[in-house]
Amino acid sequence: MQRTTLLALLAAPILAGCDMVVLSPSGHIAARQRDLLISSTLLMLVIVIPVMVLTAFFAWRYSARRGARYEPNWSHSTGLELLIWTAPLMIIICIGAITWVGTHLLDPFRPLEHIGERRPVPANETPLEIEVVALDWKWLFIYPEYGVATVNDAAAPIDRPIRFKLTASSVMNAFYVPALAGMIYAMPAMESQLNAVINVPGDYEGFSSNYSGAGFSGMRFRFHGMARADFDVWLAKARIDGGGALDRARYLELAKPSENVAPMSFDDVDPDLFRRIVSRCVEEGRMCTDEMAMLDARGGTGFAGTLNTVPDATRQASALGHVPFYVRSFCTVADAEADYGKQGLVLLDPPPPAAPATDGDAKETL
Amino acid sequence: MAIETVATPETSFLLGRLTWAALPLHEPILVATFAVVAIGGLALVGALSYFRLWGYLWHEWFTSVDHKKIGIMYMVLGLVMLLRGFADAVMMRLQQAWAFNGSEGYLNAHHYDQVFTAHGVIMIFFVAMPFVTGMMNLVMPLQIGARDVAFPFLNNFSFWMTAGGAVIVMASLFVGEFAQTGWLAYPPLSGIDASPYVGVDYYIWGLQVAGVGTTLSGINLVVTIVKMRCPGMTMMRMPVFTWTALCANILIVAIFPVLTATLVLLALDRYIGTNFFTADNGGNPMMFVNLIWIWGHPEVYVLVLPAFGIFSEVTATYCRKPLFGYSSMVYATVCITVLSYIVWLHHFFTMGAGASVNSFFGIASMIISIPTGAKLFNWLFTMYHGRIRYELPMMWTVAFMLTFAIGGMTGVMLAVPPADFVLHNSLFLVAHFHNVIIGGVLFGLFAGIYYWWPKAFGFRLEPFWGKVSFWCWVAGFWVAFTPLYVLGLMGVTRRMRVFDDPDLQIWFLIAALGAALVAIGVAAFLVQIAVSIWKRDELRDTTGDPWDGRTLEWATSSPPPAYNFAFTPVVHGIDAWWDMKSRGYVRPLEGFRPIHMPKSTGSGVILAGLSTVCAMALIWYIWWLAALAFAGVVATAIWHTFNYDRDFDIPAAEVTAVEAARTRLLTRGA
Repeated sequence: MQRTTLLALLAAPILAGCDMVVLSPSGHIAARQRDLLISSTLLMLVIVIPVMVLTAFFAWRYSARRGARYEPNWSHSTGLELLIWTAPLMIIICIGAITWVGTHLLDPFRPLEHIGERRPVPANETPLEIEVVALDWKWLFIYPEYGVATVNDAAAPIDRPIRFKLTASSVMNAFYVPALAGMIYAMPAMESQLNAVINVPGDYEGFSSNYSGAGFSGMRFRFHGMARADFDVWLAKARIDGGGALDRARYLELAKPSENVAPMSFDDVDPDLFRRIVSRCVEEGRMCTDEMAMLDARGGTGFAGTLNTVPDATRQASALGHVPFYVRSFCTVADAEADYGKQGLVLLDPPPPAAPATDGDAKETL
Repeated sequence: MAIETVATPETSFLLGRLTWAALPLHEPILVATFAVVAIGGLALVGALSYFRLWGYLWHEWFTSVDHKKIGIMYMVLGLVMLLRGFADAVMMRLQQAWAFNGSEGYLNAHHYDQVFTAHGVIMIFFVAMPFVTGMMNLVMPLQIGARDVAFPFLNNFSFWMTAGGAVIVMASLFVGEFAQTGWLAYPPLSGIDASPYVGVDYYIWGLQVAGVGTTLSGINLVVTIVKMRCPGMTMMRMPVFTWTALCANILIVAIFPVLTATLVLLALDRYIGTNFFTADNGGNPMMFVNLIWIWGHPEVYVLVLPAFGIFSEVTATYCRKPLFGYSSMVYATVCITVLSYIVWLHHFFTMGAGASVNSFFGIASMIISIPTGAKLFNWLFTMYHGRIRYELPMMWTVAFMLTFAIGGMTGVMLAVPPADFVLHNSLFLVAHFHNVIIGGVLFGLFAGIYYWWPKAFGFRLEPFWGKVSFWCWVAGFWVAFTPLYVLGLMGVTRRMRVFDDPDLQIWFLIAALGAALVAIGVAAFLVQIAVSIWKRDELRDTTGDPWDGRTLEWATSSPPPAYNFAFTPVVHGIDAWWDMKSRGYVRPLEGFRPIHMPKSTGSGVILAGLSTVCAMALIWYIWWLAALAFAGVVATAIWHTFNYDRDFDIPAAEVTAVEAARTRLLTRGA
């Protein structure tokens, strides 16, 4: 292909010395991002090279020592002015057009249509879902389809679309496997997505590409592209080596800051864990933000809501402010009575018929 | 559920959270640095006392409202802070070249993370900004034929606030710590949960104190340009540097309040437990990222526009031609000013905005390259059919044009969102913005320093060491940053402290070599200044117009008298001084009248000093001192409003004497 030839020409001399993964990736998305990088660069060189050559030439030609033609008052030329504004404009129109199209086609949230050049996604293929959590300072990968989770080690079968869903436990990070696809931020209380595919089997490097504190440098993982059979073996191995179940308590233990963490795996993952991490309600008794949003959408809980806050021991207190708090998950009257005693309750509505309590879920019974 | 107690930091009433543990005695590097700074500082204080210079400094400089002296003080501040910021850069290069093959390097995470944060903060806020503001202060009023800026006291106050901010940031080196968040301190990392100690508070209050100065100086210079141009100088006859100063200061007035508000919100989160930018309780960290870049992107144009102005002046002067396409240059400047507001999101394409949003901001960013490209062509065609003299300012200009073309190109690459997805936060990005900030802003500042030095001090800078500095800087820049472009394409991200992959080391070693070359460039620059002061009599400029300049600052003596112009000039075209010279302008020798001038005042120093104390008290939770210092600021401000002794007249006899002295100098020179 012409593109590849151009790329080879451009990259050959420098590629010899090092592995420029951004210019020779192993995933279709990263490859198309690379193509866009190359084509926009070539388009710009159309104008940058002449400018640089002219600068050097004029700087040499019109040096006072050389005594070239000197026109002390020449400072305007409508034709030239037109040229110097329209030439960059034309280039930018071209780059702008490919940018518009490329940005939409390569939007990380957009489900894949192709797994390679002229290779559409097979009709019956479902994407592999991987839930990614950036922790202080390691990566947690949950495979909900298989109930398996790994730390600092991830894998995917080649040529199968992957849909990453990403969030973070405390601060901002960015998830980046240069060989696979461009990066996307993983941020607390938010969920981002990345759709990608790996085409070549291999052991690739992944890391956080947004500084996140003291252990940032060690926040690296391996990403394995594997044939499907190998991927099944990898999953089985993760299950066998597994450090047990990953429930909410184990997750909170894992989320505590640690550096340069060796890979580990879990074989039985709480299927609701990722939602709870995004919704900030992994700890017992916290109201999930999605429930909060639902309640607010229905007009809020009024005065009752203000009574439902609890001091938050996990957060640092500010010097002058009140103690940090969280919103307690709604509960039955019986639960509240057990916690606060009968005198501590302020019932705004007559008590409804008692319902069995499931911790942490909204009951709207208060 | 039981109510649990939350640990509050240990504080005492008298000293807040300041304890002996705040002194970094366990860090040998800091102890050694402190020893050097202390010895140097004592030597300086001793020398000033021995030569009885304190009174001179206080009366002639610190309390001066003369825009030229304030400009020079800004430049001195910038130079001192450049040495600090550059030392940080060298430390980073060393750490990254070292920490391979299992080695942790020589900096622990706590120290290294402060170093790269401080490097960014210092280079932008306390090197580039003071240099640019100083240059505008020094030159712009002369270019528009004014005697001072619109609000001379405010100018002095602004400088001291900037200096106060610098003092706060420097104090963090020896007392407590600086932020470990990166130079824009994104929450939640900069929130109190992840950064409970004083680092981020130093960051917040250092920038807040300096920010007051910057905002006020922006207002001051905008009003000066709008209201104080001499007769005949219409907007479209203003020198291009003045145009760029106008646009840069309009940007400052528009964006610095955003920065102030953003940092106030972050401070509220940290001090009284609000949740503007926390991950919990409805906070939104991305809001901070938006707000800070709404300030941050125009900020780079605040820096680079005046640099473009300097290149325009330099190119026209040394090519001995009017600037090609003056109007198109002005429109390009205004275009960039407007466009700079609508591109901020390109700093975080990868945070997951939708494709349409990303495309909009990406294309808007590319559009900026059109007026910027037009500017480059304008300089190019100014050289065309010119007669170029290669003095140092022109050498820096040509180096800029070649360097900036590459920096601009990599900038457009990063503006293409899909390409940014693979390059964002990488060393490619780091190489790009150093390519435009060093290659654009810093090269411009050097060109400006060499160009206007004779105007400021009355003697030229000695060229030999200047050329050594030039070649070391330019070569050093490329040796230091080309490897970073390569490393970025190898997928290496920024702010890493240790590395796994041994193949990367060679590139970091080359980059460190580049930093060493730049270090020679910095040293040569300092040597050059020393040598030039030593040989100042040989290098003396008696004409006031050593380069055969074109704009009004060259119409007066070097250095200009306190009143700048004995008679306010009258302008009849672009390049006013060239126009006057070519029409056979004769300097008036008599008929001088008293000149009304503003009077020096110490209020600016006192106000800024108290603000700095207030900020330090807030950082360390010493509430009584913060309240006292704040009350002091308010009281001093009120007291200053009752100071009616603000102006005086330079008697006609004195003006006559000064002008007669200049006449003697001119006839002797001729």
